[in-house]
Amino acid sequence: MVPPAQFGSYYGLPILKRPTWKSPDVPIYLWAGGAAGTSAVLAALADLTGRPTLRRGGRWVAACGAMIGSVALIHDLGRPARFLNMLRVVKPTSPLSVGSWILTPFGALAAAAAASELTGIAPRLGRVAGWGAAALGPALASYTSVLVADTAIPAWHEARNELPALFVGSAAAAGGGAGLVLATVADNGPAARIAAVGAVTELAAGQAMERHLAGLPGGLERVYQTGRAGRWNRAGQVLTTAGGVGALFLQRSRAGSVLAGLALLAGSLATRFAVLHAGRASADDPQHVIAPQRERLAQRTTHHAPGHVQTVD
Amino acid sequence: MIQGSNFAECHPVGFQWVMEAKARGATVIHIDPRFTRTSAMADHVVPIRAGSDVAFLGGLINYVLTEGKEFRDYVVAYTNAAAIVTEDFQDTEDLGGLFSGFDAASQSYDISSWQYEGAQPAAAAAGQRDTGPASQAGRHGGETHRASSGGQQYGSGGASIGAKPNRDETLQHPRCVFQILTRHFARYTPELVEQVCGISPEAFTTVAEAITANSGRERTTAWAYAVGWTQHSTGVQYIRTASILQALLGNIGRPGGGILALRGHASIQGSTDIPTLFDLLPGYLPMPHAHREQDLETYCAADAGQTGFWGNMPAYLVSLLKSYWGDAATPENDFRFDWLPRIDGDHNNFRSVLGMIDGTVRGYVVAGENPAVGGANARLQRQGLANLDWLVVRDFTCVETATFWQRPEDGRPEDVGTEVFFLPAATHAEKDGSFTNTQRLLQWHHKAVEPPGDARSDLWFFYHLGRRIREKLAGSTDPRDRPILELTWDYGAHGLIGEPSADAVLAEINGAGPDGEPLSAYTQLRDDGSTRCGCWIYCGVRADGVNQAARRRPGAEQNWVAPEWGWAWPANRRILYNRASADRRGHPWSPRKAYVWWDAQARRWTGHDVPDFEPGKPPDYRPPPDATAQDALSGDDPFIMQADGKAWLFAPAGLADGPLPVHYEPVESPHRNLLYPGRPVNPAAITYDRPGNRFHPPGSDAYPYVLTTYRLTEHQTGGGMTRHLPYLAELQPEAFCEVSPALAAERGLRHLGWATIVTARSAIEVKVLVTARMRPLRVDGRTSHQIGVPWHFGPNGLATGDSANDLLAIALDPNVHIQESKVLTCDIRPGRRPGGPELRELLADYRRRAGIPE
Amino acid sequence: MSTSELGMPRMGFFTDTSVCIGCKACEVACKEWNLVPPDAGPTGSGPGTDTDIAAMDLLGMSYDNTGSLGANTWRHVAFIEAEADDPRQGDVRWLMASDVCKHCTHAACLDVCPTGALFRTELDTVVVQEDVCNGCGYCVPACPYGVIDVRPGDGRAWKCTLCYDRTKEGLTPACAQACPTESIVYGPLDELRERADLRLATLREAGESRAQLYGRDPDDGVGGDGAFFLLLDEPEVYGLPPDPVVTTRDLPAMWGRAALAAAGLAAAVAGAFLGGPR
Ligand SMILES: Nc1nc2c(c(=O)[nH]1)N[C@H]1C(S)=C(S)[C@@H](COP(=O)(O)OP(=O)(O)OC[C@H]3O[C@@H](n4cnc5c(=O)[nH]c(N)nc54)[C@H](O)[C@@H]3O)O[C@H]1N2
Ligand SMILES: Nc1nc2c(c(=O)[nH]1)N[C@H]1C(S)=C(S)[C@@H](COP(=O)(O)OP(=O)(O)OC[C@H]3O[C@@H](n4cnc5c(=O)[nH]c(N)nc54)[C@H](O)[C@@H]3O)O[C@H]1N2
Ligand code: SF4
Ligand code: SF4
Ligand code: SF4
Ligand code: SF4
Ligand code: SF4
Ligand SMILES: [Mo]
Repeated sequence: MVPPAQFGSYYGLPILKRPTWKSPDVPIYLWAGGAAGTSAVLAALADLTGRPTLRRGGRWVAACGAMIGSVALIHDLGRPARFLNMLRVVKPTSPLSVGSWILTPFGALAAAAAASELTGIAPRLGRVAGWGAAALGPALASYTSVLVADTAIPAWHEARNELPALFVGSAAAAGGGAGLVLATVADNGPAARIAAVGAVTELAAGQAMERHLAGLPGGLERVYQTGRAGRWNRAGQVLTTAGGVGALFLQRSRAGSVLAGLALLAGSLATRFAVLHAGRASADDPQHVIAPQRERLAQRTTHHAPGHVQTVD
Repeated sequence: MIQGSNFAECHPVGFQWVMEAKARGATVIHIDPRFTRTSAMADHVVPIRAGSDVAFLGGLINYVLTEGKEFRDYVVAYTNAAAIVTEDFQDTEDLGGLFSGFDAASQSYDISSWQYEGAQPAAAAAGQRDTGPASQAGRHGGETHRASSGGQQYGSGGASIGAKPNRDETLQHPRCVFQILTRHFARYTPELVEQVCGISPEAFTTVAEAITANSGRERTTAWAYAVGWTQHSTGVQYIRTASILQALLGNIGRPGGGILALRGHASIQGSTDIPTLFDLLPGYLPMPHAHREQDLETYCAADAGQTGFWGNMPAYLVSLLKSYWGDAATPENDFRFDWLPRIDGDHNNFRSVLGMIDGTVRGYVVAGENPAVGGANARLQRQGLANLDWLVVRDFTCVETATFWQRPEDGRPEDVGTEVFFLPAATHAEKDGSFTNTQRLLQWHHKAVEPPGDARSDLWFFYHLGRRIREKLAGSTDPRDRPILELTWDYGAHGLIGEPSADAVLAEINGAGPDGEPLSAYTQLRDDGSTRCGCWIYCGVRADGVNQAARRRPGAEQNWVAPEWGWAWPANRRILYNRASADRRGHPWSPRKAYVWWDAQARRWTGHDVPDFEPGKPPDYRPPPDATAQDALSGDDPFIMQADGKAWLFAPAGLADGPLPVHYEPVESPHRNLLYPGRPVNPAAITYDRPGNRFHPPGSDAYPYVLTTYRLTEHQTGGGMTRHLPYLAELQPEAFCEVSPALAAERGLRHLGWATIVTARSAIEVKVLVTARMRPLRVDGRTSHQIGVPWHFGPNGLATGDSANDLLAIALDPNVHIQESKVLTCDIRPGRRPGGPELRELLADYRRRAGIPE
Repeated sequence: MSTSELGMPRMGFFTDTSVCIGCKACEVACKEWNLVPPDAGPTGSGPGTDTDIAAMDLLGMSYDNTGSLGANTWRHVAFIEAEADDPRQGDVRWLMASDVCKHCTHAACLDVCPTGALFRTELDTVVVQEDVCNGCGYCVPACPYGVIDVRPGDGRAWKCTLCYDRTKEGLTPACAQACPTESIVYGPLDELRERADLRLATLREAGESRAQLYGRDPDDGVGGDGAFFLLLDEPEVYGLPPDPVVTTRDLPAMWGRAALAAAGLAAAVAGAFLGGPR
């Protein structure tokens, strides 16, 4: 029968629009940015402390990461020319605008650094460019957390306090992981350490986020624990844990550090996938929108009958 | 009161005024088998069993009479309540469901026993007069009566009777109309209403109290209806019942009152005023029948010397003949009355379809119609089309009527011999013209864009068709060609495509005087040939040579009656019979309800509207004995088109199925007639019981459910204008039926699943919408389920589905030949229907079980 | 620049669902005027072009067959069949409501738009410039009402423009013009709010216990809606969020934490170079 109006939703339809951001484009964008940002800093400091292989690897990852990120973004936009519209304005209220203004110079500088690294031409300029990229790197790694948090998607917006830590943790793990893969055992110490710190941060932030969400009405944490997001999340946790441990104990073995590094890169990527799918899931279920808002209203307004909130079919 | 109409869904633009009234405090009551978008806006909603409204309204009449709630002064003065009826009259209460005068053989009535005492036998203005010249005008009924319609021809006025009847203004005389009425409806109690309509006594009382409390000197109640009332085998009597009730309550001819027909197609009113009907001439003049002796005089004989405005019928007819044949029509040649076409029997649309099947109709021009979807028993309609030599369809797109031969379930295309011509038509936005709406209001529309490609207006088509025929006949000496060659046929065709001027047509309709100047009122028409007029009731629409229908002065810039918006026939009157808005002495019944009144100083009728009365006739005018036409009506006879100037509670003439309404069950019903078990259905109803059009026996278990068909806001009738448009098609994309949760459970129907609906005629498959808006009723002590099916759908276009009309049989009201498409019986089962032979087997199987012949 | 600065009144919509007859004229008029493709049609197709019939299906959501607002439906009429509170109206209650972009005072879609395609007009309405939009899709998850969406195939974001091309010329928006019952009223926002308050009072007196104004309050999470509503039931019944908040309200805090995190990252990397053997 025409379903009797589900008090609590309109025929169980979503209230919010599902993010149109594509997979894998956007997870890759978030991941590559993180890895690139960390790597730029690693490279710069490796340069300073005379760790040539870590420097070389770092510069390459920074440049490639920036490029992969841009390509992923442009692919998501559909037409390359459309990326230029991003640079029409500078809008602090738009994390994507801010991000574009970070990513673009970062990409250029990282590319310059990598180019001189590759060709040996103008090493001095290369170094300056490398420092420039390093200066932007952390911002590139962390702004993406605001990018997703600054939406109406409950799984993202309600996690706005934990997401930055989760994202930079994930970025550090990925950047360090990349270092482990590319640098010699002689040079990879800092990579191993930052990777481990990143892994711990990523896992801890993830836990904190789910705890916080569990505290809200509507069981929002479930969107990170179940379905596709849940699978990616668990994969991420396993890989990141393994990678982190590996980074600390296999750092002296070349093969070991490559394995650990790859695990960390994969773990970081998995986390980004988990975040995207969790966002989609929370947008699809109207109760994730209604329940927290009802709670808010109930607390704010006494006269208001919380009324009719039942769960949907 | 909105009853028999889905006002909000089918007249959304007009409904804004209902909402306006509601905002100003009006109570809105909706009485309908279904809970519709209109119900959603109503203060009270009363579900009713489809086909039972006469019982409900009869109950209200009984309530008014027994509780003494009638508006006495109005009833005594302005209705025929006081008139005395002859001793010969016998009521259905005396004859078990029949009135006196019924002829079983022809299933029709001889109305002579329904007459007033003291008046000559009534000869209806039309319909019954085909029995021959006036000498025989006394005889009535017979197959000949059924041959052409009755009531339709009184569209603008009443039937004609002789002089004034005897009256008893105390309303005590046992044979006065008031007493007859009281006896006739005495058994229509709230308990009976509950048994017949499934309406609880509480709901009944709510309505009864609401309408009586809101009627009288200070207040008026309006009744709006549409085809939920008309499309029944007793359709005309539904409206009659409401008229009686409204007359008793004093709600006619007064502001805020009336029985408002919400008419359908944008200008369907216009198409009965200047008719597309086989038995009418413009202005509701009857189409003459084929009789040698009959000439203009004998044709008018029954009306000559008649009282009321119909007494001027010769002037109307002669002016019409003059507009047809101009100078060729002279007093010497009887104004070429002999050139008028004649009818020789029943040629209603459905009869013609049967004629196609029987091979007596060989060609068919369909302009602005889609009978393959919209015609009752659409399958039979398509069968008829398939048996033609040629078919012309004028429409916007290839509607189902043009592609009928492509229907696999009907047979193989190669077996269809009909040659089909499809001619693209111009839309209303692509041509000038007028719409006549429900309020008899003519509104002009101007061409906005040129028609695309080969599309042409209907005016272009018929003008040039006539022109070419005349060219072919030019020089012919055959007398039968004279009427065509002598026609006035010049409408100022102009421009690249030679589009005739719609304004020239309007000018011809409006009419002109001796020296060609435009007439301004039908009272100027003469029977001496000095005036021409294409439609007497439209006379004045182009007064002073100005297109009055094109006036668009905003309401804010004129009085609340807004006389300068468009033009209403007759004489730009917005409310008919508005003399009744004042009391006998000419004073408004109450200041609150003042509308038109007698200005004693100026000795003229005046008011907010154009008085529907001779401007200078004082309230105390009494006619001399020898007076004729309107002069024979008193100053307090408001119903000036009626022979006696009164509103008819009892109709001594003019109706084919009785002077008073009676509750009969629909031709197909699961229920017995509780009032007259021996007379389940309207004895005069027209049914064509033949192969392909078989009926379900009363109470047949094979077809246990009531089915009703209706419209959706999102589509227009047969869908030619909507189902082909993405924006509209997406809003209601496919055919469906609406059933109650209870019926769904009983028959295992799933929401959004398929259902097959079966009748003796055909079976269709539609999606199922299970909704609490459909609810079973308790009728005659048992549960009565109703199934709702929108009938818009067909195979062409974007929004498609089976056509509900494939299920219907052709059963007609005897007065106006409208089909009973609002009630039939059926069976419903889950799943899709078979096609081809299996389908025929399924139908045959059902018929066997119901004991129906092939 | 906002209307107040220009000294002209802010224009908006008051949609009174209590007088909506569900005729969908608004939905159709909007598509006609703005040449929005039919939902069912191949995207990008204009009216009259061949439409994919398969995509047209009966949704079974009462008489609603277009489902929700989106890139191709800028006005959407919802139909809700509920139990009647007042038995005199039969045992069912049929709510109809025409939804539209809320033209938020604090419009998340506009805030997050990186290209400036979304802008605030001189009438204080929120409009997408189709030639600037690059289809990044950021506005889509940002809208707390799930209004704006990206048109498949075309890739750009579309929504109600409040008929900017009409309103800037002083004309009434197409949907309001078409509405037969004045369920949709266009006008200066403050006048509309007065009108709405009166209407609510009347309905409450008439016993409409759950009647409420939605988006009328300038102090709500989005600073009030430029297009607000009178509802006869709780917002979620109509598919509306009960207490929407513009996401950018928390943006400064979010930037703060992100900066902290960035600093943390920089420090951590630096730290990684200090401790540990050379
Ligand atoms: N959107 C739209 N508007 C239209 C049209 C259209 O196709 N689409 N068609 C136009 C035309 S041609 C016409 S004639 C009018 C018709 O206008 P309406 O008569 O209002 O339209 P219907 O839906 O045919 O029938 C009206 C109602 O009658 C109810 N009904 C059925 N049987 C009975 C009965 O026995 N008693 C009572 N009381 N009610 C009953 C039905 O449930 C339905 O709700 O609409 C015109 N307007
Ligand atoms: N079961 C059932 N059957 C019904 C009814 C019902 O309620 N139930 N209702 C009945 C009623 S009230 C009516 S009025 C009929 C309607 O039934 P039809 O008149 O057969 O159906 P329509 O679809 O209105 O046909 C009108 C056609 O004219 C075309 N048209 C529009 N304007 C013009 C024009 O200017 N010129 C030309 N040449 N063509 C034009 C349209 O595209 C459309 O295809 O259906 C009747 N049939
Ligand atoms: S479709 Fe035309 S006739 Fe019907 S309501 Fe709308 S405007 Fe009036
Ligand atoms: S409702 Fe959504 S799309 Fe409309 S202005 Fe507000 S945020 Fe933007
Ligand atoms: S999709 Fe277009 S309108 Fe939406 S945020 Fe991106 S650029 Fe702005
Ligand atoms: S204002 Fe214009 S664009 Fe917005 S919904 Fe109404 S018609 Fe569509
Ligand atoms: S046009 Fe008005 S009445 Fe019709 S659906 Fe839209 S809002 Fe409701
Ligand atoms: Mo009609």
